Amino acid sequence: MGLELYLDLLSASCRAVYIFARKNNIPFDFQFVDLLKGHHHSKEYIKINPLKKVPSLKDGKFVLSESVAILFYLCRKYSTPSHWYPPDLHTRARVDEFMAWQHTAIQMPMSRILWIKMLIPMITGEEVPDEKVEQMLAEVKNSMQLFEEKFLQDKMFIAGDHISLADVVALVEMMQPMGGNYDVFLNSSKIAEWRMRVELAIGPSLFGEAHDRLMRLAEWDSSTLDPMVKERICELLQKFK
Amino acid sequence: MGLELYLDLLSQPCRAIYIFAKKNRIPFEMRTVELLKGQHLSDAFAQVNPLKKVPALKDGDFTLAESVAILLYLTRKYKVADHWYPQDLQACARVDEYLAWQHTTLRRSCLRALWHKVMFPVFLGEPVSPEMLATTLAELDVTLQLLEDKFLQNKAFLIGPHVSLADLVAITELMHPVGAGCQVFEGRPKLAAWYRRVEAAVGEDLFREAHEVILKAKDSPPADPTIKQKLMPAVLAMIR
Repeated sequence: MGLELYLDLLSASCRAVYIFARKNNIPFDFQFVDLLKGHHHSKEYIKINPLKKVPSLKDGKFVLSESVAILFYLCRKYSTPSHWYPPDLHTRARVDEFMAWQHTAIQMPMSRILWIKMLIPMITGEEVPDEKVEQMLAEVKNSMQLFEEKFLQDKMFIAGDHISLADVVALVEMMQPMGGNYDVFLNSSKIAEWRMRVELAIGPSLFGEAHDRLMRLAEWDSSTLDPMVKERICELLQKFK
Repeated sequence: MGLELYLDLLSQPCRAIYIFAKKNRIPFEMRTVELLKGQHLSDAFAQVNPLKKVPALKDGDFTLAESVAILLYLTRKYKVADHWYPQDLQACARVDEYLAWQHTTLRRSCLRALWHKVMFPVFLGEPVSPEMLATTLAELDVTLQLLEDKFLQNKAFLIGPHVSLADLVAITELMHPVGAGCQVFEGRPKLAAWYRRVEAAVGEDLFREAHEVILKAKDSPPADPTIKQKLMPAVLAMIR
């Protein structure tokens, strides 16, 4: 059994891993873990990753979670072109800096937007209080501003002239609210232009394919939702109230 | 001007960097940024780190934020011993895995435990409801269990037989609730044994020195109203 990647492309971190592996022609078996059906809680999947999260990588007996760790592992094992994770001390540090910052500054808030704008209302039939929504949108706006001012600045890509892991991770995360028809790219032409460059560098067809499930989320029949997942979402709603 | 590290040892990630630099005899100028005085919010500090957080590094014209990035930078520039961030593909991946996981889990629970148990009531004069505190401590408990079951298991250190960046980052985080008076190691003999091993690997004196500030957190004098007003939004954002 070769490399296996346990993924649901609804998750931004899964899309980053998927795009990177496909772009670099890394052979792998796509193991679909359907988040909407609660497969990440299944006995089979818990054996693979007791943290019950996606993505996971399985390489022979070696199992790895956390998309950032998986991306670095793939870079190293498959000796991908150096621009993805540049060897220069300072340039590499810039990629590391973004990869660390994004967990709380980009991934969390972007994911929350999708929950509050789409998933929670769709699944529970209730809206999240306006005040909380405003707070989250403000947080996202602030993060996008910091992204532009500190991480992107006037460069073509985060690390400089070439696309790196940081750009892929950043963009797939910023796409998350699109699943709920919320576009974070509207306010900044600099970021919109960077987005186009990243999509082009990845390849529009691969990028589109990776985002298909997210973009069709509105069409999903939420009555097929796994009851345990539904229960947890209702609990989540309580936290926002 | 050589390497400058902008730190406040009240902060978990600052302690990890301080210990790492000292342990590896990396020469640096310590630039103290007093968080409780709001110094991280100054325009001067924004020149070093526009994210207005500690730790931050300045190496000539090069500035760097984010503790994980700083630790990796120091690891590579000063060519420290392999065990800190191994060359071995899988061992390295395990360190990366821990360093990625901790941001939204252990880091967060430890921070919330300190602020809800001590810093809000003592420093900011803001009471925290027993329910809120109970929830926070329960979350901490869950995270500690994950640390033990998924990361430590039956190994000497988080990724194997030797101390690594992962242990340093984890241990300095655990000292936050310890500083708040939480009995983190009670009923957790495996974790307690690991703690002693990491302390020994780092050196007891250095470990103690790095943790003097956090262990006195409960004695923080109350913030004056101006400072409190200045710090509140950043604090609330930090522990959300």
